[in-house]
Amino acid sequence: MRNLVSPFWVSAVVVLAAGLAFTELAANEYYFTAAYLILQALIMAVAWNILGGFTGYVNFGSAGFFAAGAYTSIALDKALGLPLPLLIVAGALVSGLIGLGVGYLTLRLRGVYFAIATLALAIVLETFVSNWTYVGGARGAFILTPENHLWFSSYVHMLFMLMLILAVASVAISRKLNFSRLGRGLAAIRDDEIAAECAGVPTLRLKLVSTTIMGAMMGVAGAPYPFFVTYVEPISAFNLFVAVNAIAMPMIGGTAHWLGPVVGALLVGSLQEIIKVNISSEINILLVGIMLVLFISLAPQGIVGLVQKHLRKRSA
Amino acid sequence: MSVVLRVEGLSKRFGGFTALQSVDLQVSARERLGLIGPNGSGKTTLINCISGALYNDTGRIVFEGHEITRLPPYKRARLGIARSFQIPKPFRSMTVLENLRIPLEYAAWSRAEHRRITDEAMHVLETIGLEDLANKNSGDLTQVDMRKLELARALAAKPKVLVSDEAMAGLSGAEVDEIIDILLALNKTGVAVIMIEHIMRAVMKFSERVAVLDAGQKIADGDPQSVIADPEVQRAYLGE
Repeated sequence: MRNLVSPFWVSAVVVLAAGLAFTELAANEYYFTAAYLILQALIMAVAWNILGGFTGYVNFGSAGFFAAGAYTSIALDKALGLPLPLLIVAGALVSGLIGLGVGYLTLRLRGVYFAIATLALAIVLETFVSNWTYVGGARGAFILTPENHLWFSSYVHMLFMLMLILAVASVAISRKLNFSRLGRGLAAIRDDEIAAECAGVPTLRLKLVSTTIMGAMMGVAGAPYPFFVTYVEPISAFNLFVAVNAIAMPMIGGTAHWLGPVVGALLVGSLQEIIKVNISSEINILLVGIMLVLFISLAPQGIVGLVQKHLRKRSA
Repeated sequence: MSVVLRVEGLSKRFGGFTALQSVDLQVSARERLGLIGPNGSGKTTLINCISGALYNDTGRIVFEGHEITRLPPYKRARLGIARSFQIPKPFRSMTVLENLRIPLEYAAWSRAEHRRITDEAMHVLETIGLEDLANKNSGDLTQVDMRKLELARALAAKPKVLVSDEAMAGLSGAEVDEIIDILLALNKTGVAVIMIEHIMRAVMKFSERVAVLDAGQKIADGDPQSVIADPEVQRAYLGE
């Protein structure tokens, strides 16, 4: 008989329970702020990896999809005062649609040309938002933290728990994709697009599915952001660092396996927070750069790839 | 015998260069057709047009009575046209067995038993003689095994027509015989095979009929012995 409770879902429940216990036990608000940022980066890394790792198309415009989610929240909060869960759904829809549109317009481009097109997208969106006065334009927008934070002792505690649920959900989707027929089709596209097409893989449709899921997931990461920082302006929302982290974390963790971006995000994200607090917030940017260069030149398969190789050697 | 694939008046230009000029070609079900011609005569362009990797400028391609001239490659693969590539294109991140899952799960999805994909893939590998390498990484294969993988992957699409694009180029005499035997065995299972090849020994041994392309035009089409005796064919190959 098939095992009904997989180790993955057991760990997912354990992680969520630990998170819940953490909100009851820890007193220092800083831990929740730091954890929120790491989880946000984790969702971005998992999302980037669906197109960049599984499908083989490098996206430099992650900040654009993230900010589209954030600004969807700001606009709908101001216009309709929708509750946060609905704002997240809206952010996913808007960024997912942008992903679909961008995919349709640019997926005929390959390699570096596709990467440049995604970078251009982020710049176009940033210019658009900077001139959209309803959401604050270049001056930025203040968001009032809502009074209601359920049974949690503060709003940040609730946001942390929300982000943890979203992160577990993103990882579950990415893992499911990795082992599905769809995921194998994406891997075929990454390995050789013409051979994939001749093997019956509808490459354009699968690439569009991939950009749409990626966009929607990044929109989900961005939607709660305004309530976390309470003040958003285009330069911080379209921060290049968001895009660089989204690339660096999967690269360091390993792009071919769903676990790669998770390992990369937890490791690099935690290191960044530690260095930011103990040394300086400038050094942590340097750290990502150095780690990225080292991994790409010495271990392009990432940490998970290295471990897999080691295990295979042992079993052989 | 019923015609499975019919090409009518096919032309393809690249800028000012005419690669194919009103080529007509028919393939019957279960037939073994050899397609030969000097380098640059348009053989690969013709099969790129048949498989959909390139779209022809004028002319029609009809497969089992349906016009497929403007269908994308993946739809043609699903209908039953499979090809191998002259320069092998394995899915390098996958094992040999996983390579076959792709055509089984996509091109042949409507004809495959969904719960037994691995068994079906293994069966194809046994037909080709790659079963011992099933779990080997496809990027680490030798040249001859990569050619076999190309054929195995094409076969896993459960085609009605298989186009083999120079599957033997650069192989040794014994390896050539091995590939010929594989193609003959595939043909016995009911697949029509178009074999593009420069090695005349292989073409003569394999083909029931031979078509010759030269400078984008078909200059001969008939039984192998009379085609190679044709003075025009000899002129195309040897010059005057």
